[in-house]
Amino acid sequence: MATSVLEHSAVHHAEAKSGLWSWITTVDHKRIGILYGASAFLFFLLGGIEAFVIRLQLMTADNTLVSPEFYNQLFTMHGTTMIFLGVMPLSAMFFNYFIPLQIGARDVVFPRLNAFSYWVFLLGGLFINAGFFFNAWPNAGWFGYANLTSAQYSPGLNTDFWVIGLQILGIASIAAAVNFFVTIINMRAPGMTLLRMPMFVWMSFITQILLLLAFPVITVALVFLMMDRHFGTHFFIPAGGGDPILWQHLFWIFGHPEVYILILPAFGIVSEILPVFSRKPLFGYTAMVFSGVFIAFLGFGVWSHHMFATGMGPFADAFFSLSTMLIAVPTGVKIFNWIGTIWGGSLQFKTPMYFALGFIAMFIIGGLSGVMHSSPPADLQQTDTYFVVAHFHYVLFGGSIFALTGGAYYWLPKMTGRMLNETAGKIHFWLMLIGFNLTFAPMHILGLNGMPRRVYTYPAGLGFEFWNGLETVGAAIIVVSQLVFIVNLIVSLRRPRNAPADPWHGATLEWSIPSPPQEFNFPEVPEVKSSIPLWDLRRELGSLPEPQRVSGAGIHLPNPSYYPLVAAIGVFVTLGGILFAQPHFPWYVITLTGVAVLFYGVYRWAFEPAG
Amino acid sequence: MHKSTGILRRALVFAPALGLLLLLAGCAAQDYPQTTLQPRGDFAHLVDSLFRTTLLWATVVFILVEGVLVYAIFRFRGKPSDAEPSQVHGNTTVEILWTVVPAVILAFIAVPTVQTIFRTSSTPPGEVVEIEVIGHQWWWEYRYPGLKIVTANELHVPVNKTVSLKMTSGDVVHSFWIPQLAAKRDVFPKKYNPLWFKAEVTGDFPGQCAEFCGLQHGRMGLRVLVDSQPVFDAWVKQQQTGSPLVDAGKVPASMSDSAYRATGDSVMLKGKLAFMTGGCIACHAMAGTATAGLTILQGPNLSHVGSRTTIVAGMLKNTPTNLRHWLTDPQAVKEGSLMKLPRPLTEDEITNLVAYLRAHQ
Repeated sequence: MATSVLEHSAVHHAEAKSGLWSWITTVDHKRIGILYGASAFLFFLLGGIEAFVIRLQLMTADNTLVSPEFYNQLFTMHGTTMIFLGVMPLSAMFFNYFIPLQIGARDVVFPRLNAFSYWVFLLGGLFINAGFFFNAWPNAGWFGYANLTSAQYSPGLNTDFWVIGLQILGIASIAAAVNFFVTIINMRAPGMTLLRMPMFVWMSFITQILLLLAFPVITVALVFLMMDRHFGTHFFIPAGGGDPILWQHLFWIFGHPEVYILILPAFGIVSEILPVFSRKPLFGYTAMVFSGVFIAFLGFGVWSHHMFATGMGPFADAFFSLSTMLIAVPTGVKIFNWIGTIWGGSLQFKTPMYFALGFIAMFIIGGLSGVMHSSPPADLQQTDTYFVVAHFHYVLFGGSIFALTGGAYYWLPKMTGRMLNETAGKIHFWLMLIGFNLTFAPMHILGLNGMPRRVYTYPAGLGFEFWNGLETVGAAIIVVSQLVFIVNLIVSLRRPRNAPADPWHGATLEWSIPSPPQEFNFPEVPEVKSSIPLWDLRRELGSLPEPQRVSGAGIHLPNPSYYPLVAAIGVFVTLGGILFAQPHFPWYVITLTGVAVLFYGVYRWAFEPAG
Repeated sequence: MHKSTGILRRALVFAPALGLLLLLAGCAAQDYPQTTLQPRGDFAHLVDSLFRTTLLWATVVFILVEGVLVYAIFRFRGKPSDAEPSQVHGNTTVEILWTVVPAVILAFIAVPTVQTIFRTSSTPPGEVVEIEVIGHQWWWEYRYPGLKIVTANELHVPVNKTVSLKMTSGDVVHSFWIPQLAAKRDVFPKKYNPLWFKAEVTGDFPGQCAEFCGLQHGRMGLRVLVDSQPVFDAWVKQQQTGSPLVDAGKVPASMSDSAYRATGDSVMLKGKLAFMTGGCIACHAMAGTATAGLTILQGPNLSHVGSRTTIVAGMLKNTPTNLRHWLTDPQAVKEGSLMKLPRPLTEDEITNLVAYLRAHQ
C-alpha cells in the first residue's frame, strides 16, 4: 500500500513535467527561475531596442527621427525596463535557480510564494509597457521627479502606468526577497554555516536585505504620488505646501540601495566564476563577505549624492560626499580580492572567465568615475550630463550585464543540460566589449564638454556630432553581439543534451548533480564542511564520478498550484483599477473585484494541501 | 589557437587604455563652446581645479589597477593539464594594505572637496550685480531688481564683476547650467537657490537646462553674454526703456518717434495692431502696449526682443526669416511649446509683426 502511494506521487510529478499548464502551475524553483530568465531576457531585448532607437535619434545633430514625446518615452522606458524588468529579474533567475542548489536545498522555503512573485513581476512588467498601446508609455523619466509628475504637468495616463506598474513590481520584489531571505537562513544543508556559503549566496543574501529595506520607501513615495495625482493631496506640490525635494529624498533612499541591488548579485557571480577558472579559491573570503555587508550598510547613507545640485547646503553636501567616498574602500577591497584570486592561479580562458575579467576591467572605470562625482563641486558640472550616463553604464552594463552574461555562460549548461558554443561565446564577448566601449567611453567626453542628459536632440555647433555618431556605431556592434548570443543559445537548445554535471570543475554543490538537475535537486541532502565542498571531495577521491539520474520516489515535493497566479491577477486588477480613477467613473468596482480575486486566490492557496 | 587568443587578450589591454586616450583627446579639443573643461569664471575655476585633482588620482589608480589586472591575466595563463596552483586563501597583510591605501588616497580628494564645498556655498565676495533667474517650461526669465530690467533667455553680465543669481522656477524643477562660467544649480518652485560667478573674459557662452523638465527639455537653451563695462552700461540703459520695473513700463516722451510710439499708417502701427489682435498680448509684456508694466504674464517680455541674438530659448538665430517661421507655426518649430496662437496669423500680419518686433531693440 505504502509503495503504491509513492508510485502514485512519482507518476503525478512525471505528469506535471511538460505542457503549458505545467509551467502555469509550477512551483519548482528551477522552472520559475527559467520563467524569470526568459521573461527578463525578452524585456532586456526590448530595453535594448529602446536604447538603439535613442542612439539612432542622437546619431546626428537636430535629428527628427523620433518626436520629442516619443524620445522622452523611450529614455523613461529604457531606464525603467533595464532596471526593473531586465537586470533585477535576470538576477532573480539566478537567485531562483541557484540559491537552493548552492545551499543544498530541494526548493525555496515558500515555493508557491515564489510562483506568486514571478506572476506579479510578469503582470507588472506587462502593465507598465501596456501604456504603449494607448499612446501613454511613461514619459517622465525612470526617476519620475516631482512636480513634473503632478496631474498639472503630466496630465495623461503615462505617469499612472508608471506609478501603478512600479507598485506592482515592488510587490513582486518584496515577496521574492522575503522568500530568499528565509530560504538562505533556514534551508542550508547541514554543515553550511554562514561563513561557508558560496559567495553568490552571500551577495544574494545581502541583496534580499537591501530589497526588504529599500522597496518599502519607494512604495510609500509612489502612494504619495498616486494620492497627489488622483485624490487631491499635496505631498509634492509646492502650490499646496508640498515639496518636490521630498520626492527626491524618498526616491533616492530607495534608488541608491537599488544600485547595489543591481550590482551585488553581479559581484556574487564573478566571485563564483573567478576561482573556478583560476583553479584556486576566492582570495580573502571573509573580507569579501564583510566588504559586501559594509557596502550595503553604507549604501543607505549616500542617497543625497544624487542631489548635490539641489542646494542642500555645505554640511549635507560634505556628509554625503564623504560617505560616498568611503563606499569606494570596500568596493576597492572587492576588486583587489578578485585580482588576488586570479594572481598565482592557472587561468582557464573559457567564455565565463572572459566576461568575469571584462567585468573587473570595466567596473574599475565605472567605480573611478563614481569617485569623481562624489565630490559635490565637481558634480555640479557632471550631474545630469553624459558623464554620469557614461559612469552608470560602466557600472550597470560593464558591471552587471557583463557579470550576468558571464553567469549565463557559466550556469546555462546546468540549467539546460547543453553547452554553449565557446567560439561564439568569445565572439560575443569581444563584440560586446568593443561595442560597449565605443558606445559609452565617448560619453565621458561629451558630458564634460557640455552635453546634458535626457535631451531629445542637440544643436549643431556644440561639437557633439562626432562622438555621438561614433556611439551609435558602438551601439550597433552591441546589437550584433546580442544576436550572436541569441543564435548561440538557440543552436545549443536545439541540440541533444551534452553537458556533464560538472563541465568547469566547479567548487559548489550545484555541480554535484546532473545537468539539468532532477526536480528534487539532491537525492540525498549533502553535508558541507567548507565553502568549496566539491573541491574537497575531488581532492579526497582524486576525481568525481558522473552522478546518475535516480528515481525520486519517496521524495516529498510541493504540488503544483495555480492559486499563486490567481492571487497575482488579483494584485494586478486591484492596483490596475486605480488607472481608471477619474471623477464620476466607478473605478473602485474594478479595484474591489481585484481585491476579491486576491482574497479568493490567497484563501484557496492557504487551504490547498501542499504535498 | 594559443597565439590568436594572445592577440585577443592584448586587445583587452588596449580597450580601456583607448578609452582614456579618447578622454584626454576630448580635453584638448577647442571646439566645444559649452565645455566644462575651459573655465572662464571664478566659480568654474574652483570646480575645475577640484575636477583636475580627482581626474589625476583616478588616472593614477586606473593605470595601476588595470595594469596589475592585465599583467595577472597574461602572467597566469594556464592549460587544463597544468598542475593545480597553490591554494592561497588570503593574506591579512595585503588585505589591510589595500584597505588603508585607497582610504589615504581618498583623503587627498576629500580635503580639497570639503574646502571647495564651503567656498562655493559661501556668499559671493564683495559688491555684486544681483539677478533673479526664473525657469519656465521651456525658457529662462531674468530680472535685475537693482537695474530694473526684465529679459529672457540671454543673460547680460559685465566682465570682471561678481554676479549673484537668486534662482527659482515658475512651474517644475529645472537646472540652470552655464558650464564655462560657473556650474549648475537646480531651481525649484517657491524656493530660491543661489549661484554666483565672475566672468573673466567677454564673450558669448551657451548653457542650457540640465534637469529633465518635460517635453521640450532638450530645447531649453540659454546664453550668457559677458559684456565690457561700457557695452553693459549701454545695454542696461536700452533695456530700462519701457521696462515693466521702470515707471510701470511708460515710454518717455523723448522717444516718441521710436518703435514704441508707432503712429499713422506705418508698418509699426500695423505690427502693433497684429500684436494686440493676434493674441500675442495675452502672454507677452510689450512696451507701448497695455501689458508694458506687467511681470506676471506667461511668456517672455518682448519690449527689447529685437536686441536679442537668438529666439525660442536659444533655438534659432534672431533673423527675420526665423522670426517669420516661428510666428507662422510655433508648434511646428517647437512642438508642445506654450506659444499657442489663438488663430493663424495672416501673411500681412506676420510681415508687420516681424518688422515691429525687430524694431524693438
